[in-house]
Amino acid sequence: MDKTVNQKAWFLVLPVFLVVAFSAVLPLMTVVNYSMQDTFGNNQFFWNGVGWFKELLDPSTDLGGRFLASLGRNLFFSLVILAIEVPLGIVVALSMPREGWTVAACLVILALPLLIPWNVVGTIWQIFGRPDIGLLGYVLNAAGIDYNYVSNDIDAWVTVIVMDVWHWTSLVALLCYAGLKSIPEAYYQAAQIDGASRWAVFKAIQLPKMNRVLLIAVLLRFMDSFMIYTEPFVVTGGGPGNSTTFVSIELVKIALGQFDLGKAAALSLVYNLIILIVCWIFYTVMTNAGVERKVQAESEPASEPKSAAALKPVPVLKPKEGVA
Amino acid sequence: MARIDLVDLAHSYGGNDAPQDSFALKPVTMTWRQGGAYALLGPSGCGKTTLLNVISGIITPSRGQILFDGKDITPLSTQKRNIAQVFQFPVIYDTMTVGQNLAFPLKNRGVPKAEIDKRVAEIGRLLDLEPYLNRKATRLTADAKQKISLGRGLVRSDVAAVLFDEPLTVIDPELKWQLRSKLKALHRELDLTMIYVTHDQTEALTFADTVVVMHDGRVVQSGTPAQLFDKPAHTFVGYFIGSPGMNILPAEVRGREARIGGHVIALNRAYDNLPAGAKIEIGVRPEFVEVVAPAPGLLTAKIERLDDLGRIRFARARLGDAKLAARAPAGFTSADGMAGLKFDPSHVHVYADSLLVEGAA
Repeated sequence: MDKTVNQKAWFLVLPVFLVVAFSAVLPLMTVVNYSMQDTFGNNQFFWNGVGWFKELLDPSTDLGGRFLASLGRNLFFSLVILAIEVPLGIVVALSMPREGWTVAACLVILALPLLIPWNVVGTIWQIFGRPDIGLLGYVLNAAGIDYNYVSNDIDAWVTVIVMDVWHWTSLVALLCYAGLKSIPEAYYQAAQIDGASRWAVFKAIQLPKMNRVLLIAVLLRFMDSFMIYTEPFVVTGGGPGNSTTFVSIELVKIALGQFDLGKAAALSLVYNLIILIVCWIFYTVMTNAGVERKVQAESEPASEPKSAAALKPVPVLKPKEGVA
Repeated sequence: MARIDLVDLAHSYGGNDAPQDSFALKPVTMTWRQGGAYALLGPSGCGKTTLLNVISGIITPSRGQILFDGKDITPLSTQKRNIAQVFQFPVIYDTMTVGQNLAFPLKNRGVPKAEIDKRVAEIGRLLDLEPYLNRKATRLTADAKQKISLGRGLVRSDVAAVLFDEPLTVIDPELKWQLRSKLKALHRELDLTMIYVTHDQTEALTFADTVVVMHDGRVVQSGTPAQLFDKPAHTFVGYFIGSPGMNILPAEVRGREARIGGHVIALNRAYDNLPAGAKIEIGVRPEFVEVVAPAPGLLTAKIERLDDLGRIRFARARLGDAKLAARAPAGFTSADGMAGLKFDPSHVHVYADSLLVEGAA
């Protein structure tokens, strides 16, 4: 049968096209435009080509130095976060009850930090850690530990990391718990029969069955912590000095603090590109895992080729042309 | 390698104080001898899986004891019991190869490596898994996976018994037959006690030398397939075993006669001491009732249809309110749909409140 040709159908796509153009394409192109130019305010722009990008990747310049340093801090932060949150999340999920009213109680308690807005989390920890009035800061100092996140780099880092662990470990734990709950009871019974120790059960059953949710957890937490802005900004403002200035904080400083739109635009694009690449890796890994599972599922009913062949439908005879 | 005794064993999921009618497993005392091939047969929900899980230790019974060779092991955990169990759905450890899967129960018990390799190779050979031993277990077909589960059950040489919980549910019919024959061969070769739970009578009767029939949480009869067929101890056994099942007809029984609606059916034995007030029924398998042309002195039934099973024909007949099945001899036809019933007296059993009554000679 012939397709009906109706070019007017393009009009149906038009609204979406317009919305996407105004919400995504045009702003992005503005940023691309800025990244190629320099401005001294007063809406005057001067062509700079790829100058900003060159500077950005050259550590000897001011812009490059700041960007690469913050990128390094950001990567280190993400790695520390993952190294703490993933094992901790698994441990929390493993120690959660499997049934009864305590399940609901645990889920609610775990979900609470996830429901608090970012800047509120920052404010909570900002006050909590203050040496003069904050419970944590005051108690630590009273106990003889010199703790002050405003003046000490390490204290600032510890505060930001502990805050993120407090805020986001629940997410990893909830994902792992969902993975654990999906393991059929028979696996545990079989392991019991096979005489497996607690550790062997974890290694042979729980960890392999959780690998998919763990993958999601790792990538979500990586991307999220790589884009972190609000919480450290509220607590430390990027300080002391530049010690907790992550890429996004640096970006805001350049764009809004110095109003260097060209530099900020170039940095935004590179930052965006890095996140896009991570997203792409995430997507590829996930779809590959999906394909693998599908192949596996298809290989299972392959044990009945005979009946499948017997049921193969007879090809329908096409009517001769001109007869109808 | 052990004899397993169950002493007054019972289990209730609602706790020991629940009324006994609600028990998933009603009190049972019985013995499983070393090296036997048992089938635990019954419909869904009759308590067979509960009994199996009690023996393996997954469930601790509310009441009673389990003895292995006379030693009370009721409080022991599954790990310490020396029991192997194979579940309905294949359980395999995804990250391991087939060989590592088979070795897992031995490794967990600290068996020396040389010994493990020997056992794994032997079980791999018996189950035809040899070519796969070094392959990852996840990519295999469902029946190969279930073979691995079976293998893990069989790999330990010291087990008291191997329990199978409907292990062939997920397997294609043709492979089912092969695997069952394999199990039977393994039973002969390894001299293990095997307990096989199923709701499929063919599976039970072909696998086991002793079939234990359960009904409503109770063990109603345990015997060879022939015993279950010839002399069902309970009307349920008669009905459940055999296809079509046994005919159960309400009757009045006195001495060597049973009466149904005024007609007399001769009995081989004398039943004089039937309990008063009990529900009295006679049971006779369709194979031992013949439909013939109506004649005086014969019970007359209305034929509803004839089922041709190939080598034998069964007539489905109606007798008042009761339905029954009977053998139709070659060439039997009924012009008016009526037929006489001829009973074989030596195979007519008498049941009081569903339990078999032994008559006097």
